[in-house]
Amino acid sequence: MRIVQLSSSVGDIGGLALGEVAMSTLANVGRPSEADLADPSPGAHVASLQSVDGDPSGGAARQPGRYRLLRGALAVIRLGPALILACLVVAMTLLSPVFLTTGNVGNILSQTAAIALLAIGQLLVIITKGIDLSVGSTLALASVLGALAFRNGSGAVIVIAVMLATGAAVGFVNGAGYVWGRLPHPFIITLATLSIARGLALQFADGQPVRGVPDIVQTIGGGSLGWLPYSAFLVAGIAGIVALVMSRLVLGRWIYATGGNAEAARRTGIPVRSVLISVYLLCGLLAGVAAIVTSGRLNAGSPTSGSLAELDSIAAVIIGGASFLGGRGNVGNALVGALMIGVIRNGMNLLNVGAFLQPIVIGVVIVVAVESDVLRARLEDRFRVLRAATT
Amino acid sequence: MSTALSVRGATKRFGAVLALDSVDVDVNYGEVVALLGDNGAGKSTLIKCITGVHRLDDGVIEIDGELAHITSPAAARAHGIETVYQDLALFDNLTPAANFYAGREDAVPRWLPRPLRVLRRRAMSDATVDVIDRLQVSLPERSAVVGLMSGGQRQAIAVARAAAFASKVVILDEPTAALGVRESRQVLDLIRRMRAEAHAVIVISHALDHVTEVADRAVVMRRGRKVGEEVPSPESQQRIVAMIVGTAA
Repeated sequence: MRIVQLSSSVGDIGGLALGEVAMSTLANVGRPSEADLADPSPGAHVASLQSVDGDPSGGAARQPGRYRLLRGALAVIRLGPALILACLVVAMTLLSPVFLTTGNVGNILSQTAAIALLAIGQLLVIITKGIDLSVGSTLALASVLGALAFRNGSGAVIVIAVMLATGAAVGFVNGAGYVWGRLPHPFIITLATLSIARGLALQFADGQPVRGVPDIVQTIGGGSLGWLPYSAFLVAGIAGIVALVMSRLVLGRWIYATGGNAEAARRTGIPVRSVLISVYLLCGLLAGVAAIVTSGRLNAGSPTSGSLAELDSIAAVIIGGASFLGGRGNVGNALVGALMIGVIRNGMNLLNVGAFLQPIVIGVVIVVAVESDVLRARLEDRFRVLRAATT
Repeated sequence: MSTALSVRGATKRFGAVLALDSVDVDVNYGEVVALLGDNGAGKSTLIKCITGVHRLDDGVIEIDGELAHITSPAAARAHGIETVYQDLALFDNLTPAANFYAGREDAVPRWLPRPLRVLRRRAMSDATVDVIDRLQVSLPERSAVVGLMSGGQRQAIAVARAAAFASKVVILDEPTAALGVRESRQVLDLIRRMRAEAHAVIVISHALDHVTEVADRAVVMRRGRKVGEEVPSPESQQRIVAMIVGTAA
């Protein structure tokens, strides 16, 4: 016991005093030692010392301002992506009269659809602490194979099935290669399939776009209901389904659990390997859906489409507040991230900003988004410290 | 007091190393047994065999007097044995309720494959709150994710999770090692409450004061053997230390 005490921090002295006061229940499971380690500011000390006076709520009563301020700041930061998007929209509306016209909004939605679909898939992967670099190439391969099927006389159903199956197949290879190949990180396998799928697409298409896709595919990718593109409805529908899966179904719970603590998930009996494989499979499948949208818009299966789209999808997910450390992120915010990229591109085109400047701006937005996430983590730490010290 | 768990002649080898040498341990319902020993004494190996992480090379494990074949962690859980690991095995990104039910989610309908079932979120969070209240674990916000909670609260959640699902035996691996004084006290209270609820509790600990305070019996191991049992008390502490380090007469 002596050893335990010595290895704990000085904060235990505060804990000892508090323990004497009257903690017959666990009502006050504060942690002064951790508090002091995480935040050497005087606030935590003051709070625990106040409690020693025999008034455990004294700290809370005397620091409501700071507590509330932190809470507010946290709420704002959690809204972060949506807030930044709203600011962007307002700014663009002021700068360009064309921006908030129905025609242009429809344009943005239709241009963003593919990235949004890829981002939803990428989100699932990133929640499990993974990454899928192959989605852009998968999109190209699926478009080319679908268009080739159409050229060879297949009907719309077959063409769509080919695109979806291609995406799912590449996704399965990613997941299975990662899990069964016992690779240290999915970066490697998906980097390989990024290269292989792109090469296959170029090979099958002979380096040229394969012209022509079924009418229904054209409608999905390029048609619209009034000014609202069909692809926007598709994205909204799929986003809704995935959001429900993530929040309401056991699978979603398992995906979050796997990303939060894979080892604990294994010990509690969650089939971690199957969860990982299904996540990559779903991501590939969504790349197949994105292939339908993209080839429909172009009326062709192009072996070069979707290049660097993997980076856009990752950027959208990260801008949307998901964490590379896994376990955190949601569909709505990933969509917001994708829309933000779309709005920035569209806005700069409207404002005649040079094309070279766009990637720079998007890069800056990524840094801002990630920094706000770092800030959020710090605030949450502070919040925990305050609460531990004042409850 | 009837016997919940009975280990007979437990033997385990890792290559040439005899990690467990014919160890016998009994734990009764409503009893807290401390498992003591220096590093490498075989405590962890014994626990891992009971919880299905390792399999015994020789010897048997009986639960309620019946032979139990514990071949995996899942099998151990099915036999009513829950374990709180030293690293707690919590999901920082999930709420206490989601942590409680991870891997055993309450979901419907049953004819669907498990991953596609709809979570009964309300039922799970109500049941979790019941357990948390019963064990008098107080959390500031029950819907907050576990990562936002203090070390003591996290430990309390992990212990409460084990208590909630263990029908027979709860095993705690160094439950107070990472905690301050006040929080250790709260976890010890929690252990007493589990005893009062007639759980059989095994505690691995290096903190002899804690053992003295909470355990009904101390089993001391050294070099893979059980070297003795004592009723822990301030008077017997010296003898226990002597057994642990191997200078006993």
